[in-house]
Amino acid sequence: MDMSHPVKLPLSLESLPHRQVATVAAIDWAHLSTPEARRLRELGFDEGVGIEVLHRASLGRGPIACRIGRMTVALRRAVAGAIFVSPVTH
Amino acid sequence: MTTATPLVALVGNPNAGKSALFNALTGARQKVGNYPGVTVERHSGRLALPDGRVVDLVDLPGAYSLDPSSPDERVTRDVVTGTQTGERLPDALVVVVDASNLDNHLRFTLQLIALGLPVVVALNMFDLAERDGLTLDPKKLSEELGVPVVPTVAVRRRGLEELKTLLGGIVDADAAIRLRPSNHAIGEDIVTLQRRARKIATAATVAEAPARRWGHAFDSVALHPVFGLVLLFVILFAMFQAVFFAGAAPADAIAAGFDWISGRVKDVMPDSVLRSLITDGMIAGVGAVVKFLPQILIMFFFILVLEASGYMVRAAFLMDRVMASVGLSGRAFIPLLSSFACAVPGIMSTRTIEDEKDRLTTILVAPLMTCSARLPVYTLVIGALIPNIKVLPFVGLQGLVMLGLYIMGVVGAFVVALVLRRTVTKGESSGFMMEMPKYQMPRLRDLAIGLWSRAEAFLKRAGTTIAFTTIVLWALLSFPKPPEGSPVSPVNYSVAGRIANAIEPAFRPIGFNRDIVLALIPAMAAREVAVAALGTVYAIDSASDQDEAKMAQTLHARWSLPTALAFLMWFVFAPQCISTIAVTRRETNGWTWPAFMVGYLFALAYIAAGAVYWAAIGLGL
Repeated sequence: MDMSHPVKLPLSLESLPHRQVATVAAIDWAHLSTPEARRLRELGFDEGVGIEVLHRASLGRGPIACRIGRMTVALRRAVAGAIFVSPVTH
Repeated sequence: MTTATPLVALVGNPNAGKSALFNALTGARQKVGNYPGVTVERHSGRLALPDGRVVDLVDLPGAYSLDPSSPDERVTRDVVTGTQTGERLPDALVVVVDASNLDNHLRFTLQLIALGLPVVVALNMFDLAERDGLTLDPKKLSEELGVPVVPTVAVRRRGLEELKTLLGGIVDADAAIRLRPSNHAIGEDIVTLQRRARKIATAATVAEAPARRWGHAFDSVALHPVFGLVLLFVILFAMFQAVFFAGAAPADAIAAGFDWISGRVKDVMPDSVLRSLITDGMIAGVGAVVKFLPQILIMFFFILVLEASGYMVRAAFLMDRVMASVGLSGRAFIPLLSSFACAVPGIMSTRTIEDEKDRLTTILVAPLMTCSARLPVYTLVIGALIPNIKVLPFVGLQGLVMLGLYIMGVVGAFVVALVLRRTVTKGESSGFMMEMPKYQMPRLRDLAIGLWSRAEAFLKRAGTTIAFTTIVLWALLSFPKPPEGSPVSPVNYSVAGRIANAIEPAFRPIGFNRDIVLALIPAMAAREVAVAALGTVYAIDSASDQDEAKMAQTLHARWSLPTALAFLMWFVFAPQCISTIAVTRRETNGWTWPAFMVGYLFALAYIAAGAVYWAAIGLGL
């Protein structure tokens, strides 16, 4: 078995380690409300775009701040849970 | 086109530096109005082109696309498609894009170009892009987009002349026939557009260093679970210190100024109904409004600085979890907090909340935050009737009651928000999803313009309603006059006195006597008026100055403890502030929501006062 190419399980943005650079693999649009989905698209979330988690808010399960393209965007964890990413390994 | 002056619209994504560019182009010669039927501000000004022609420039609300998700974005779409009532189709568009965020901003630009109006693109914040390690080729971008592109730095006034020259080249007011804008790009799939935008951005980018900004370093403190909250607390502490301490002296000076004017009028005019109308009605009424202006302006100064610097979104980020627990967004935090000083700036600053239902809920609960006008009432009643004893070392009962009243307000607001979000304002929310803008040094000029437009809005729009209402209240308290030698005091003889007599039975179950009911009528203008009103009611009739100690003695002698507690509870909830009601009408664009707000707050006040009254009786207090 070739361990250098393990089968990647879908990793949600919510569980992406801090500062780990990744690309958006898939977005589960069905899990998002219409306004959420629209705003997410407008903020540039799309398959193949570079993404990384920059900050996680305190106070329990607060929102997260991530870099998408050249922009920093804050979103709630529920939304982050619907965004699947594949880490970029170097 | 029949109009001589061409119309140019400034349009772009939020955070593209559009307002700064608008301010740089028009300066102080701008007007702030409202689009008909919506609470969306219309900023317009005049701009002289290098060829001597003058154009009208209108700054459209920031939008992400032509598929609107807020009233602001709807106005933007309707203006650029020529369907907005009260606005003609622009003759040209200046599309403002953030040079360091082309990927995202070019998508909207493509949609706008596809409309078919003459377009010039301002590649704004060009210096910040360079600082970020981006080297862009404006000429290449212009070729790709097929429209002129000019690099600008609005805050340093760079590129403005070139922008004006290019604008002069595309504005043609004499064009007899203009093609209606085509709508084909509106229907185009946002994903396809986005990919096209990315391709163009890549083509126009000569060199790119990874996005590493000093802002990220600051964010690791500002958004830190511990240090971030400490920083937020320090900022808010400074804000409230400034509001209460720096705001107090000018407020007193304004009050003294109005008293002085009133005194001069009394010197020169004989005692008459007209003199009373001028001094007790008009001057006192306008004074009651203007007195709040220093506090409101200081509050707005802080709000504008927080907003312009980019910190506001960070504060919202930190507080989102707490606010989400009651169905609001982090964006509601600062408006609600501001309402502790005064609900007026609080409600006015809800405009930054994108989601309509979030915004409405925030407006409706803002009056529950204990504003500064309640303090004189609380201080008087607590001082008069709550024993000054220590329940614990260093913990006095009076202070504890005061704290309790503040907590009641906050808890009340949270419970009401929770209920509203499940009933009258329920619905799909767009949640909390927003771009975190780059940190920027706020520009004094932009702050001054923002402050001025808010002061104007408060004084003009809210002020007229308030002045009118205070005059009505004055009339209720002054007429009819008792006959000569009547033992009944003028207040008791007046319409207000009669209203108090009529509605007093309704307030008896919650422990209010007729004196209180009568004092509540003038206190509809502003809560702190209750103190002076009680003085009047307790026939210290023409006593020149209200002696606080004497008032306290009177209350102590005439009120029972349960009555006092009920009265305090009433003031936690009751919407006794014409300014708040007027501002709510302005911000919700109609009487429906202010009426709802007044109704539910009075109901809550009645129930809470009653519950406390009977609980206190039951406990044998």
